[in-house]
Amino acid sequence: MLRLSGLSKTYPNGTQALADVTLDVPQGEIVAFVGGSGCGKTTMLRLIAGLEQASKGRVELDGETLTAPHPAVGVIFQEPRLLPWLTVAQNIGFGLSALSRAEREARVEEALLRVGLAGYGGRWPRELSGGQAQRVAIVRALVARPKVLLLDEPFSALDAFTRASLHEHLIGLWEAHKPTLLLVTHDVEEAVTLADRVIVLQPKPGRIFAEPTLDLTRPRDKVGHDFADAKRRILAALDGSLQAPSPTRPREEIAGAWW
Amino acid sequence: MSSADTAASRSRAAAPPRGGFAARAPSPRALLGLLLPLALALGYEIAFRLGLVEARLLPPPSRVFATLAELARSGDLLTHASATLARVFAGFVFGAVAAILLGALTGSSALARRLLDPTLQALRAVPSLAWVPLFIMWFGIFETSKVTLIAVGVFFPVYLGVMGAIASVDRKIVEVGRVFRLDRVALARRILLPAILPDVVIALRSGLGLGFMFVVAAEIMGASEGLGYLLLDGQQLGKAAQIVAALIAFAVLGKICDGLLAAAARPFLRWQDSFARAGGEG
Repeated sequence: MLRLSGLSKTYPNGTQALADVTLDVPQGEIVAFVGGSGCGKTTMLRLIAGLEQASKGRVELDGETLTAPHPAVGVIFQEPRLLPWLTVAQNIGFGLSALSRAEREARVEEALLRVGLAGYGGRWPRELSGGQAQRVAIVRALVARPKVLLLDEPFSALDAFTRASLHEHLIGLWEAHKPTLLLVTHDVEEAVTLADRVIVLQPKPGRIFAEPTLDLTRPRDKVGHDFADAKRRILAALDGSLQAPSPTRPREEIAGAWW
Repeated sequence: MSSADTAASRSRAAAPPRGGFAARAPSPRALLGLLLPLALALGYEIAFRLGLVEARLLPPPSRVFATLAELARSGDLLTHASATLARVFAGFVFGAVAAILLGALTGSSALARRLLDPTLQALRAVPSLAWVPLFIMWFGIFETSKVTLIAVGVFFPVYLGVMGAIASVDRKIVEVGRVFRLDRVALARRILLPAILPDVVIALRSGLGLGFMFVVAAEIMGASEGLGYLLLDGQQLGKAAQIVAALIAFAVLGKICDGLLAAAARPFLRWQDSFARAGGEG
């Protein structure tokens, strides 16, 4: 169980990026966060990842308070961020130094096979397409078998076709060990496709606005009536979140929240 | 190399070799670059044979090569070249090591940068040759002052390169290291070092070039052996062929040293090399 309680972040320049977010996520659930710019989505993931410290409130994973990067928490960034001087296989094995060499190689091979990149282990990152690189990044985060995986708009730079195939890869990988996935996205369709729960955030300062119900089964029927209905509910909530009055004085989002 | 880095060695072994020397054999097109100097040399030789040019100031290629061959046969060439090489090597090692240490310090710590960099930049503004009188006063006219001068010449380009490389390491890549909970040492070894290596190699190569520049200055100032001495001796005795022979020796030595440095770095920079090949395999 991942528990956010009263999580708040105010940057030194006074920008309040996140205000009092409280949320329980049971182990294995896929939660998508959508919201307009400045809603603190990225900040929230950075706090959970331990890359930044909360101003107030805390993050707990199975009762343990997280304040620094934790072995049970993996992160996938918007860009693949592969290390260009390591081969694909070395990149995937980067976080597995603790394992024996044989075990590490076995895990890497298995992971490559699972995302359709068998035989790519010896390539350099620069030889990969954008979609392949992001697949490697996803695998790199998942081979360490984290309990929680944070994804910050990981598919936003990809074309629609590649994105759809990565959605399938992600769900396939998720089914193997059922980590909790927290996904930040701009894409409502993506949220409905992947998530068990969709949470709409409201900007300035970022906080939870609504949690529209989904009522969908897996695998998703993307052309079905229920799917369209769920999308419509989320879009309506998003609309509301942008029109709702802000309790604090609105401030321009400053570039303090970059990844 | 850590055990994690070798994780892929098995799967990589299956891939076709990359960046090997075989792929770098000169192609006919690369030989085009030799056409102009060969044509000029041949033209000059013919002009000389026809009596069209005065050979005293610029000897024809045949005479230059005769001089080179004579120097090589008598062993003088080896003596002078190795004296020069030893100076460049010593100066390069001292200068580069100091530059890498200081550059790493100022590149990674803002405090060290504010503290040290202004002074170093001020010293950099002094033309290196202007140190010569002081160095001779301090260290005498023998090896120490020469090596010091070369070290100073090597120091600044390497220092700037290392500092700049560290300061410009992509923070996003560093963050990947943080997510994987690398401590400071592991972060330096597994992220920073490989990230700055290409820039450091370039800085070292330009430092080496300056090392050769300053060894000439040092040897012209006064030496009893070295290629610079050969230059000066040729000038004083009016032996233009000896001067040109020394110039050729400098060019060849410089190119060989630069090539060795580049070749030593290549195994670590193979990941940069793969661009041309990617299309063919992809």
